[in-house]
Amino acid sequence: MSKEMTGAEMVIQALKDQGVDHLFGYPGGAVLPIYDALFQQNHIEHILVRHEQAALHSAEGYARSSGKVGVVLVTSGPGATNAVTGLADALMDSIPLVCISGQVATHLIGNDAFQECDTVGITRPCTKHNYLVRDINDLARILHEAFYVAQNGRPGPVVVDIPKDVQFAKGTYVGRENIEHKTYKPKLVGDNDKIQQAVEMISAAKRPIFYTGGGVINSGPAASRALRELARLTGVPVTSTLMGLGAFPAANSQWLGMLGMHGTYEANMTMHDCDVMVCIGARFDDRITGRLDAFSPGSKKIHIDIDPSSINKNVKVDLPIIGDCTKVLEALITTWKSQDRHIDRDALDAWWAQIGRWRARNSLAYRQVADVIKPQQAIERLYAATKDRDVYISTEVGQHQMWAAQFFRFEEPNRWMTSGGLGTMGYGLPAAIGAQIAHPDALCIDIAGEASIQMNIQEMATAIQFNLPVKVFILNNRYMGMVRQWQELLHGGRYSHSYSEALPDFVKLSEAYGGVGIRCEKPGDLDAAIQEMINVKRPVIFDCIVDQQENCFPMIPSGRAHNEMILGDMAIDLDAAISDEGKMLV
Amino acid sequence: MSLAQEKTERHTLSVLVDNEPGVLARVIGLFSGRGYNIDSLTVSEVSQEGHLSRITIVTTGTPMVIEQIRNQLDRLVPVHRVRDLTVEAISLERELAMVKVRGTGEARSEALRLGEAFRARVIDATTESFVFEITGKSDKIDQFALLMQPLGLVEVSRTGTVAISRGPEAM
Repeated sequence: MSKEMTGAEMVIQALKDQGVDHLFGYPGGAVLPIYDALFQQNHIEHILVRHEQAALHSAEGYARSSGKVGVVLVTSGPGATNAVTGLADALMDSIPLVCISGQVATHLIGNDAFQECDTVGITRPCTKHNYLVRDINDLARILHEAFYVAQNGRPGPVVVDIPKDVQFAKGTYVGRENIEHKTYKPKLVGDNDKIQQAVEMISAAKRPIFYTGGGVINSGPAASRALRELARLTGVPVTSTLMGLGAFPAANSQWLGMLGMHGTYEANMTMHDCDVMVCIGARFDDRITGRLDAFSPGSKKIHIDIDPSSINKNVKVDLPIIGDCTKVLEALITTWKSQDRHIDRDALDAWWAQIGRWRARNSLAYRQVADVIKPQQAIERLYAATKDRDVYISTEVGQHQMWAAQFFRFEEPNRWMTSGGLGTMGYGLPAAIGAQIAHPDALCIDIAGEASIQMNIQEMATAIQFNLPVKVFILNNRYMGMVRQWQELLHGGRYSHSYSEALPDFVKLSEAYGGVGIRCEKPGDLDAAIQEMINVKRPVIFDCIVDQQENCFPMIPSGRAHNEMILGDMAIDLDAAISDEGKMLV
Repeated sequence: MSLAQEKTERHTLSVLVDNEPGVLARVIGLFSGRGYNIDSLTVSEVSQEGHLSRITIVTTGTPMVIEQIRNQLDRLVPVHRVRDLTVEAISLERELAMVKVRGTGEARSEALRLGEAFRARVIDATTESFVFEITGKSDKIDQFALLMQPLGLVEVSRTGTVAISRGPEAM
């Protein structure tokens, strides 16, 4: 299909052709023609955010919960610079986004025009790819290419910067079916000989583990199904990174819980002592490995990843398999079955017996008290009240995020949205809004801290405007809790600027926006208050007042190995537990 | 096994890219953003109808870092192909330099004699100066510049290394 139309009309047409139903954005001078074209159609619903950063996080929540590409529209200059945090966040967590930005007219570029900035220059290191469209006849192709690049291979954010004169100019529209990318063709299918080697290594293992990550989620629901099938066939224990939670069901007996800095004792010890590690769609991040030269020292490592640059980046692996998680896992299953493979039963039994002893350490244990709500307890009660519902959880960043990852149990993929790589405070509320747009009838909850939530609190207005009944569940300890915890452990308890002074009254704040506010201060009131929150079909801020001093355990101190975890009930001198070298690490 | 103790190596990478605005910034930004070394970098269009440019990068790093650089380059969207000419081929490397030398008398004659020995061409001359054009491997040019130092070396302009594999195959 080729047709004469303006650049602004092309944008709308391309979005339609790409199957876009929702667009998160904020208008401004340099995108007025596109907003005008939006006004004159009713295929695409525009969600007006209150800050461009929130448009990006909403699109991330939308993409992460639905598997679709999240689409954003922002204006030039400050619109684009406000988008940068969200772009960097999506790049780190491999979330497919297309962000369209307005730009000053081509003849003004480079003249320091009003609301001009070098958008492609600024966003180059925080996007998977970006484009400045100088010619109307390139526009349609670039838009379709942007969608292709965003979702193929390792997903990521793509920026298309469109000068205002290009939006007004007339040109010929080309449909997506006529676009083939000439250079970007990621490898999806794993090499057969590598699949064979992997099957041999796994079947010869005595102490195997599957270490899975966000790549399994990104690969689609089929990857999670394949992971479950391969785990069932082999009997191998499964752990996951923060980003991969939900790919493997928490209720499954082979589930070890999350691994890494705040992962469970059994997950980290199993990683440390295993003899064959299969890393599936994860990237050996420093939050996972701890001290690199003591990371799982005795194991052979298989690494399945769609991005060759993830291989041997931090940890040398013995068998890299480049490909899409779904395709590689399915190939492993087929080969495993056709060759009737088994792991030595006695060895596996002994391994599970060892894991059982680690589990018995009960590393997530915490002490409940009568008159103060423990943050872990709040998450456990929230989980108990919502587990039989269609629920989507997002978080901000900090202690509450780790407690949510530890105590909320996910059975399905795409139910968990969190800022893992960049660690962006202010992510959770807009992400919950994005998830709610994608799943209007679901229960979407942002588990928040009282500090993080203030970084994008203005999105309450978006929730009210679009009748989105999102719930903000604040674990309010009047501290930037993770900062306070590190100051306690590493800086002699000098709580430099980590106390949340001058907090707003969150109940009144919610009411001021037109939402509902609930405060809960006593453990005995928790269940009833949570039920009240769930029953309200409007946006709610739930101000859960929790223990101020609670620390997030277990914890691998920075610079330490997996078998040097600190557990909550160890009464030790934490300052001494962390070396000077470890203090250098964040 | 400490990663820091791995020996660094010098590699020459050839990168075929779409000749589009920003592509060089993308490559350079990758190196600066991830802390990789650039010893030398050359870029020029090599196919007008194909809109292709070829970038030759000489870099140093541990084998793990070199592999990272190669893979990070390869995943840039406008990159067609990356070849590590140091390991994947037997390759030829050349660099061109212009070397300005100022002097009179014995120093001037000596500069001219050395120029001939190095097969450098004189492309500009005044009564008190020469500009030599010299082509060769980088260490030959280093050597020539070093010899010119006491003879009145004024300045050197170098292209950086370009490289190509031996034999009939393209990169």
